[in-house]
Amino acid sequence: MEVGVVVFPGSNCDRDTYHVLREVLGYRAHYVWHEERSLDGLDAVVLPGGFSYGDYLRAGAIAAVSPVVRALRPFVDRGGAVLGVCNGFQVLLEAGLLPGAMLPNLGGEFRCEFVHVRVERVDTPFTCLLPPGAVLRLPIAHAEGRYYADAATRARLARHRQVVFRYCDPSGRVTEAAVPNGALDAIAGVASPDGAVVGLMPHPERASEEILGSTDGRRIFESLASWVRSRTAGAKGAVR
Amino acid sequence: MDPTAADAGTRRGGTRVRTVRVVVTLKPGVLDAPGQAIRRGLHALGHAEVEEVRAGRYFEIDVAEGGDLDHLVREMCEGFLANPLIEQYRYEVV
Repeated sequence: MEVGVVVFPGSNCDRDTYHVLREVLGYRAHYVWHEERSLDGLDAVVLPGGFSYGDYLRAGAIAAVSPVVRALRPFVDRGGAVLGVCNGFQVLLEAGLLPGAMLPNLGGEFRCEFVHVRVERVDTPFTCLLPPGAVLRLPIAHAEGRYYADAATRARLARHRQVVFRYCDPSGRVTEAAVPNGALDAIAGVASPDGAVVGLMPHPERASEEILGSTDGRRIFESLASWVRSRTAGAKGAVR
Repeated sequence: MDPTAADAGTRRGGTRVRTVRVVVTLKPGVLDAPGQAIRRGLHALGHAEVEEVRAGRYFEIDVAEGGDLDHLVREMCEGFLANPLIEQYRYEVV
């Protein structure tokens, strides 16, 4: 599996993501510079967390018009999978690759802590190894994570089953107290209607090694590897 | 750059320049957490008379003259400077 990790000016989780993909999980990871226009040869692209372009204008807004993000739409049309984590999720929203927008956290705080999320949809490249309703323990670190959608967008989200992760308590119950940022409907992550593009606020790459307190994040990347294997086997009759 | 070049009608390299002032704020009904935090700060300073604060962003954009300026500004605002899902904008041409 060939995975690109995009590097914007101001990305700060690019190395963590690359480390997990390459050193912890043994995938073929590659850095992709934000000025890159071609994503040929990659099975998936990860937009990492950080503060792309200093979060100027709005978080993710300037990265959303960069050459590499403009290349994502044709990449997805050709069957590529895209994961946006934290700032990467904000970029996907600003680019219109996922619906909705991010607002500053309710209460105005930067929240940096472990949270629990419930997996609401398992037919995506990033959740296909997880059982429905699985609870993952992952850390968040953001100031603008209050997911927002207007009434029409909210209806479309429901119609196309686009909510992938919801904040929940450790037992999997979605409660107001479990939502760290005021997100609409406790939404922590959404997908495109076909599931190929997924964005989430928590950081799976920071929860992929025992020493960091959780390995739940691995299951998201392992799902991707499984999805790429099965897709390649289906398309070419061979296992990569 | 000459700091006075932002003035309306100034020639820069022979081109007339118009300055557009754009203000972007959250739409009414979208909770403005920064505005509320700023209001709390003003209250902490003793300004109890402050009832509401709405935070936003301000841009001054110098545009070479020619073409439909209103159309251009709307395009820049709706496609980039403001996120139409959550924000509204207003502008004036100086």
